[in-house]
Amino acid sequence: MPERRVAVGSKVGLHARPAAMFVQAAAKQPVKVTIAKADGNPVDARSILSVLALDARGGDEVVLAAEGDGAEQALDELAALLARDLDSEG
Amino acid sequence: MAETLSGIGVSPGVAAGPVAHMAAPPVVPTDATPAGDPETENQAALAAMKSVAATLGERATRAPGEAASVLAAQAMMAEDPTLASKVSDAVQAGKAAVTAVAEAFEEFRGMLAAAGPYMAERVTDLDDLRNRTVATLLGVPMPGVPDPGHPFVLVALDLAPADTATLDADRVRAIITEEGGPTSHTAILAKSLGIPAVVTVRGATAIAEGETVLVDGSDGSVLVAPDEATVQEALAAQEAKEAALQSVSGPGRTADDHPVQLLVNIAGDRDLDAAAAADSEGVGLFRTEFLFLDRPNAPTLEEQQAVYQRVFDAFPGRKVVVRTLDAGADKPLEFVTMPDEPNPALGVRGLRTSRRHPELLEQQLTAVAGAASASQATVWVMAPMVSTKAEAASFAEQVHGYGLPTAGVMIEVPAAAVRAHHVAAACDFTSIGTNDLSQYTYAADRMAGELADLLDAWQPALLELVRLTAEAGKALGKPVGVCGEAASDPLLALVFVGLGVTSLSMAPVSVPGVRAALAAHTLAECRGLATLALEAEDGRTARTTVRAATRS
Repeated sequence: MPERRVAVGSKVGLHARPAAMFVQAAAKQPVKVTIAKADGNPVDARSILSVLALDARGGDEVVLAAEGDGAEQALDELAALLARDLDSEG
Repeated sequence: MAETLSGIGVSPGVAAGPVAHMAAPPVVPTDATPAGDPETENQAALAAMKSVAATLGERATRAPGEAASVLAAQAMMAEDPTLASKVSDAVQAGKAAVTAVAEAFEEFRGMLAAAGPYMAERVTDLDDLRNRTVATLLGVPMPGVPDPGHPFVLVALDLAPADTATLDADRVRAIITEEGGPTSHTAILAKSLGIPAVVTVRGATAIAEGETVLVDGSDGSVLVAPDEATVQEALAAQEAKEAALQSVSGPGRTADDHPVQLLVNIAGDRDLDAAAAADSEGVGLFRTEFLFLDRPNAPTLEEQQAVYQRVFDAFPGRKVVVRTLDAGADKPLEFVTMPDEPNPALGVRGLRTSRRHPELLEQQLTAVAGAASASQATVWVMAPMVSTKAEAASFAEQVHGYGLPTAGVMIEVPAAAVRAHHVAAACDFTSIGTNDLSQYTYAADRMAGELADLLDAWQPALLELVRLTAEAGKALGKPVGVCGEAASDPLLALVFVGLGVTSLSMAPVSVPGVRAALAAHTLAECRGLATLALEAEDGRTARTTVRAATRS
């Protein structure tokens, strides 16, 4: 299954606003994307509660995975989003 | 027949209106059975979550800034696909919709709570969501701030920060709580919104829904079912009083021209315009914790300096007293607070944090000094939770070393007040934090509503410590301020001035009332009131005696 490994770019971690932005972006993708911490179980990236419960801190590595048509592009887009410091933007 | 209840007035003003109660959280029945087949139950659960999400989403569009994003995030939680599938699984297994919803929320609650104190607010959001969904399914009143469709007087046991995010100052005419205290969230919020409020009102939650009440946030009285003439009279008197307040302006002075600096408290760079617009001589307490809270790392030097610069630039030519980081106890920080302190209020907090993390204070002082040198404000710096002369001396030396000429300490620990002549000699000024000083003097947790009588700032033992501190300042020719909630009580402000306090710092909304009270009394009268308060046997007597004396 196609995967991307990326370090969380938001200093506050994948909490609060960055988590909401990530989940909203995941919900727009044509395929189901999962997110996991390096050693953890993958969860649905469209689930805000599951994403918050990951408790991914700034700099932690997370793994995105998806399958099917458009998976590669969806993963690229979400990985790029995660790498940014979302809390310091706008 | 009108009945009078009484409590502690914590936010001034007079208002009347029909009571609307804040409903208690719904209880999930332990014996709930499915009303229909699993599919019907599933539809009911999904519809309830959808309706809760829609309500929150709609409120988010009306709420200001920060509150809007909290509500929008909460609406996203209600539409969470994983939550929905857990609910579906449970109803398919034969559970009632309400049980399935409660259990699914509980599962996520456990996961978020396990992620540590950083997730505490999200856990609160989730609990609120659970209560709303359960209330919808059970058909009971929605918990939280009610929305009766007309202006009302809010009655609650106490308010939590989460209840207050959407409190609409145009709709809530006054707030009455059965519990709470002078330093509770209710008090601080009501004051910042300018809503009259009375706390610790015995019998408040028993007032009938829709009953008219007349609330006086200054003297703490609540008149239940008043007649129309009484209401009109009280509102007219309040209007006249407010007009009188507006007629006095400029620096604080007693009737015989003794100057008393009137300053405002700020806790961030939001609402800066309102604080700067207040008729005051500057900021007596600039709390800096907001920069450090709810984040895994300390803010950078640049980030801090930019915020300090914005604040200083809002007060050109005026004084701004910066309080260095006050972490610990009720304000834990992820990167400094010890996780397992058995007694955090007595632990490594305030200035004590710098024993373990000197770099935090060094960086903060660098940022303050950088911003101060580029601004027109007169910047003073003070440390929280100082207990000894040695701590005061070492802090002052450090602050001076950064080119900041005026360094002071907060008097919040009884030891520092008792030895105020030594502590004040080691620095440039002192500022009394009445909330913590009363908590430590009376050994009473400031968040414990049922101990509100002990935490009353009129308690003579607290006033005795204020007297010691003020006299030490006077002997040394150094300023002594009061920057706790207590300074906003016009009567108590007179007592503080009588005790020798030279500046008072409070919420901007309280400044006109204190200014008018000072203008109506001479320094000698203030000293007389201070003596009456010190001689009283308890806080309640001190207040009533001083009030009676100002009316004669």
